[in-house]
Amino acid sequence: MSETPAPKGKGTVFVRVEVCKGCSYCIDFCPAKCLAFSKEFNAKGYHYPVLAKPEACVGCDMCGLYCPDFAIFGIRVKDLEKAKTK
Amino acid sequence: MSDTDTIQPVNPVLAYLRQDRLPHIWCPGCGIGSTVNCFARALTESKLDLDKVAVVSGIGCTGRVAGYMNLDSFHTTHGRAIPFATGLKLGNPDLKVVVYSGDGDLFAIGGNHFVHAARRNMDLMVVCINNGTYGMTGGQVAPTTPLGATASTMPYGNFEPSFNLPFLAEACGAVYVARWTVFHVRQVIRSMKEALGKKGFCFIEILAPCPTLYSRRNKLGDGVDQVKYYKERSVIKDGADAREAGLTFQGDIVCGKFVDRERPTWLDAMNRHYSSVIQDYQGEGHAED
Ligand SMILES: Cc1ncc(C[n+]2csc(CCOP(=O)(O)OP(=O)(O)O)c2C)c(N)n1
Ligand code: SF4
Ligand code: SF4
Ligand code: SF4
Repeated sequence: MSETPAPKGKGTVFVRVEVCKGCSYCIDFCPAKCLAFSKEFNAKGYHYPVLAKPEACVGCDMCGLYCPDFAIFGIRVKDLEKAKTK
Repeated sequence: MSDTDTIQPVNPVLAYLRQDRLPHIWCPGCGIGSTVNCFARALTESKLDLDKVAVVSGIGCTGRVAGYMNLDSFHTTHGRAIPFATGLKLGNPDLKVVVYSGDGDLFAIGGNHFVHAARRNMDLMVVCINNGTYGMTGGQVAPTTPLGATASTMPYGNFEPSFNLPFLAEACGAVYVARWTVFHVRQVIRSMKEALGKKGFCFIEILAPCPTLYSRRNKLGDGVDQVKYYKERSVIKDGADAREAGLTFQGDIVCGKFVDRERPTWLDAMNRHYSSVIQDYQGEGHAED
């Protein structure tokens, strides 16, 4: 998992950095345009998404629906606590 | 921060996958995985008992879906997903049987099975991931390769006309026919949910990029470039005449739900017929009540 900073907007994302293949689906089709590629590479040599504009993320999980590698998903802050205790 | 410091929520799709088989084999930017997210979401929304859902695939990159789903799933031989699924359904009428396979598998070697299962209105949901080529075996021409596109076996461009799959499905008798692309994740979920809840032969075509063998050979960029093309050139026309839904190389893509109608399924028709001609007929499976 990437280090996900404390949410600043209505939503946030969780990224499994090591399974990302850098396809850019999540970045291009995030409706809030809040993701960007990392500067770093993962172990496979891909750049992975980071939440570049955390305040803009609404937790809609469109990134999670697009990601062909199940590497990212978005969640609303109000659903976050529930999901952690599950 | 390490994983052990905080309990992190888990991607909801993972519960639907056999995690011991991941990571999957699909290439970077391959669209098949996106459709799996949609399928998982549609299953959640359908509220079906997952012990009563089975997935059947043929052979191909798309055929791997059966092996990754954490459901009763069957990876059959090339082209034979529909006949296998037919037997599975008729032997266990309570199952919801989903066929998930590629355009080559379902419409080249398996074309005859598709035609007859639709004609008989076999109670199956068929999802075809159409990437316009045989991905797994090296990008050969498929019955869905658009005219003019290059394939490993069509180095000077394809001169064979391609199938219009929604029109084919409708003409053969499917009761539900929709086409979307990997761009249309929300609509794919909606169509899959509708098909999961519908009786009879339901067909959903999803256009998906095969960056490795289709896009690269046709100089179309990466997977994401193909999804951007879907975004730009898709025209949503629910209820459109499926005859108008033919695909051309990088041309407009008519998307939507083309057919949603009722016909007796094969099992219902058989039971109805035998009840009328055979005295004391007991009925098989879901007799009509
Ligand atoms: C009887 C038989 N013939 C041929 C093959 C080789 N073969 C494997 S997959 C495939 C085509 C796959 O194309 P498609 O169904 O479009 O799936 P994709 O890989 O594009 O997802 C072929 C011809 C086979 N496995 N078995
Ligand atoms: S959850 Fe929605 S807004 Fe947030 S990064 Fe993902 S797609 Fe963008
Ligand atoms: S969609 Fe998935 S695999 Fe592609 S860049 Fe985003 S996280 Fe990585
Ligand atoms: S060869 Fe094509 S269809 Fe197969 S996994 Fe790679 S991109 Fe996907």
